[in-house]
Amino acid sequence: MAAGAFDEIWGHGGPEAPRPEFAALSQWVADTPASELQRRQQSAEAAFRQLGITFAVYGDSDAAERIIPFDIVPRVFLHHEWARLCEGLVQRTQALNAFLEDIYGERRILKEGLIPPELVYRNEQYRPEVAGIRPPHGVWAHICGIDLVRVGPDEFYVLEDNARTPSGVSYMLENREAMLRLCPELFRDFRVAPVDSYPDMLLETMRSVAPGNNPKPVCVVLTPGHFNSAYYEHSFLADSMGIELVEAADLVVDDDIVWVQTIAGRVKVDVIYRRIDDEYLDPLTFRPDSMLGVPGLIAAYRAGNVALINAPGNGIADDKAIYSYMPEIVKFYSGGEAKLPNVETFRCREPQALKYVLDNLEQLVVKLVDGSGGYGMLVGPTATKAQIADFRAALIAEPHRYIAQPTLALSTVPTMADSGLAPRHVDFRPFVLTGSDGVHVVPGGLTRVALREGSLVVNSSQGGGTKDSFVLMDDRGPSQSQSQGQG
Amino acid sequence: MLSRTAAALYWLGRYVERADFIARLVEATVRLDALSARPAGEAAWQSALAVTYTDKAFAATGQSFTQSHVARFLTLDTSHPGSIIRCLEMARHNARAVRTALTREAWTAINRAWWLFQNRASTGGATQTLNLVEQVKGETRGFEGSIHRMMRNEATWLIQLGAAIERADNTARLVDVKYHLLLPEDEAVGGVVDRDQWTTILQTVSAVTAYRWLYSDGLQPANVIDLLISRFELPRSLAACVEEAVQLLSQLAKRTGLQGEADRMARARMARMQKTRTSEVIVSGLHEYLEAFIRENAMLDAAIARQFRFI
Repeated sequence: MAAGAFDEIWGHGGPEAPRPEFAALSQWVADTPASELQRRQQSAEAAFRQLGITFAVYGDSDAAERIIPFDIVPRVFLHHEWARLCEGLVQRTQALNAFLEDIYGERRILKEGLIPPELVYRNEQYRPEVAGIRPPHGVWAHICGIDLVRVGPDEFYVLEDNARTPSGVSYMLENREAMLRLCPELFRDFRVAPVDSYPDMLLETMRSVAPGNNPKPVCVVLTPGHFNSAYYEHSFLADSMGIELVEAADLVVDDDIVWVQTIAGRVKVDVIYRRIDDEYLDPLTFRPDSMLGVPGLIAAYRAGNVALINAPGNGIADDKAIYSYMPEIVKFYSGGEAKLPNVETFRCREPQALKYVLDNLEQLVVKLVDGSGGYGMLVGPTATKAQIADFRAALIAEPHRYIAQPTLALSTVPTMADSGLAPRHVDFRPFVLTGSDGVHVVPGGLTRVALREGSLVVNSSQGGGTKDSFVLMDDRGPSQSQSQGQG
Repeated sequence: MLSRTAAALYWLGRYVERADFIARLVEATVRLDALSARPAGEAAWQSALAVTYTDKAFAATGQSFTQSHVARFLTLDTSHPGSIIRCLEMARHNARAVRTALTREAWTAINRAWWLFQNRASTGGATQTLNLVEQVKGETRGFEGSIHRMMRNEATWLIQLGAAIERADNTARLVDVKYHLLLPEDEAVGGVVDRDQWTTILQTVSAVTAYRWLYSDGLQPANVIDLLISRFELPRSLAACVEEAVQLLSQLAKRTGLQGEADRMARARMARMQKTRTSEVIVSGLHEYLEAFIRENAMLDAAIARQFRFI
C-alpha cells in the first residue's frame, strides 16, 4: 500500500524531494546517521522500560509487560493544517455532546426521523439506566479521542470517535519528553507547540464540571487497578494532575454521596475521571457480578452529587452504526456541514447501498456494526474468494448488521526500519477536552504507526508503534491551545 | 491520604528492607563459606535459611545444603515468599499501586531492582552471586536515597516506618539464630568458628567498622550482642529501630493528627529499651528476650495498621 500513498514529509517526491515546508526536517534525517537515530531510539525505549511505561497484555504475567515501540522521526502538522483540523474537531465534539444530551433527553433527532430509533434503542451501547439524567453542566463527552486518517495534503477523515474512555494521552506526553531529551536540535529548528499543558487543562476541565459551588472540588481518577493494560496512564494522569488515583475499594457511597476512605476518615468526592467501562461502574445498576465497581455510584450521579467523566452511556455516540450518521448529526446540531468528513460509509441496511457493496466487495472493507478488534471484518483487496463468498451470503442474510467502507490509501511518515528510513502508514488521535467553559484541543496527539511494510494495522497489540506529533506554531507567537466557545 | 495507599507504602518499605536484608545475608554466607579458615559449608547455609524462617520450605524441596542450591533458593526461587525476587515483586506490586505517591526516582529504583531478576535461571558461582546481591544492595540503597529526596510528608514516613519495623524484626532474628543454632557441638564458644560466625553477623549488618569504633576490645560475643541490641548509634540495632519508629510515628501524628495505640506501644518499648542491660539479657535468656521482641514487633505492626486504617 505504501507505494503511491501520500507521505506527510516527503509528499509524493520521496526523500530527495520532500514537501517544501519539510526540507529542513528531511535534511536533519539525512544528516543524522541511521545508526545514531537507532541508538537514540533504543535509548528512548530503554527509558520507557525503566519508567514502566508499559502496557500489560491481558492474561499474561508481569513478565509479559510490553513497551510500545517508539519511532524517532516525528510526524509534523503545519500550523494552518492544525488550525483547520481544530475547527473540525471542536465542531464534531460539540455535536457529539449535543447528540448525547438529546438521545438521553428530548430525543428530537429521533422524533424528526434523522436516525432510525431502533438503531439507538436496540444498540448495546445505549444505556436506558441513565436516560433522563443530565450530567452536571450538561457535559457528556469531557474527553474525546477522535481517530483521524489522512489520504492527501488536505484530506483528513474521521475513522472513529472515542467518547468513552479514550487512552493514549500519556504516550503523547512521554513521547515528547523523549524527543526533547534525545533530539533537542529539532526543537531549535522547529517552533513546536508544547503539549505539557494537557494535565492542567484536564484538571481545569474536571473542576469546571463539578456539581454545586464547591470552590475546591475533590477530583479523583478511578482505575480498575494495576492489572489493567492502561494502568500506567491512569497513574500518570493522576500524578501529573496532583490528585488521588483510587480503586473502587477506596470509594463508598452513603446517602447518595461518594466518599473516599483516607487515613483521616472519609472525604467527599465531587468529580471522578473514571477509567472503568460503564458495565463495571456500579453493580447495583449494571453488571451485578462486577467487583470493580462502586455500589450506589449511579444513584449518587443521578442525585447530581458527583460528576462522572466521561458520562455513562456515551458509547452510543461512538458506535459504528451511529458513526455513519455523523455528518447528519453534525448538521442537525450545528446547522452547518461537517468540517471533518467521515470515511465514506455504506449502510448495508439500505437496499441501494447493499447493492453497491455486493457489486464491489473486492474493493471494500466490510465491518460488523457491533464488532471490534478486527473481528467480523472483511478486507476485500486481500481476502480470498471463499471469504468474499461467505461475506456475500452473510450480507444478504442480515444486511442491517454490516457497514462497508472503501480501503483508503493512508498517508505515510518516514520511519526507522531495519533497512533504514522507509514510509510507514500512520493514523492520529488528538484529544479534545470539553468543560463547562467550552472545547479545548491540546496541540498534539498520538500518532500510531504500522511498523511492517505495507501494513495498515497501527494497533499496539498488533505490533504498531508510536511517534511524537509536532504541531508547528505560526509566526505570531506561541499559542498553548486553540479554544472556541461551546456555542 | 487513601487508606489503601498508606498500607501499600508501609509494606513497600517493609519489602524493600527485607529484600536488602536477604541480599546481605546471602553475601555474608558466601563469605563465611568461602573465606573462613575452616569453611563453614553446610552449617552456614543452614543458618541462612533459619534466619529467614525458610528452613522447612527448603527441606521440602529435597535439595542439599550447598551454596548453589540455597543461594538460588534465597534469591531467585519464586516458590516461597522469602526469596529476594518475591520480596521485590511484592515491593513493586505495592509501588505500582501507589505510583502517584512516589517520585519517579523511587519507582525507577524498585523497577530496576526487579528487572535484575528477570530472565535469570541461576545465580551462578560465588562471584556471580556476590555480584547479584551487590546489585540488589545498590538498588535498595538507591531506593532509600530517593526516599530521602521525596517530600517530607506522610508518604515518606510510612515507607520509613515499614522499613524500621522490618529492620527490627530482621536484626532480632539474626541475633537469635546465632545464639542457639549455629555453633557445631564440638566447637568451643570463643573458638575460631564462633568468631567467624560473629564476624559474619557483623558483616551482614555492615557493622564491622562500627564495632571497632565502639569497642576497643577484640571480638567478644557479649559486645556484639550489646551492639546489635542496645547501641542507638548503629542504625540496625534494635534500639535504633525502636527509636526510629517512635520518631516516625510522632511525625505522622503531627502531620495527620492520628495518634493512638501505636504511639503508646512504641514509646513504652523505647523506655524499656533504654533501661535494658545486655549483660542482664544474656543471663536471663537472650533467646527468650528476642522471641518476646519479635512478638512485640508484630503487635506494633498490627497497631499501626489499625491506627492508619489500612485496607
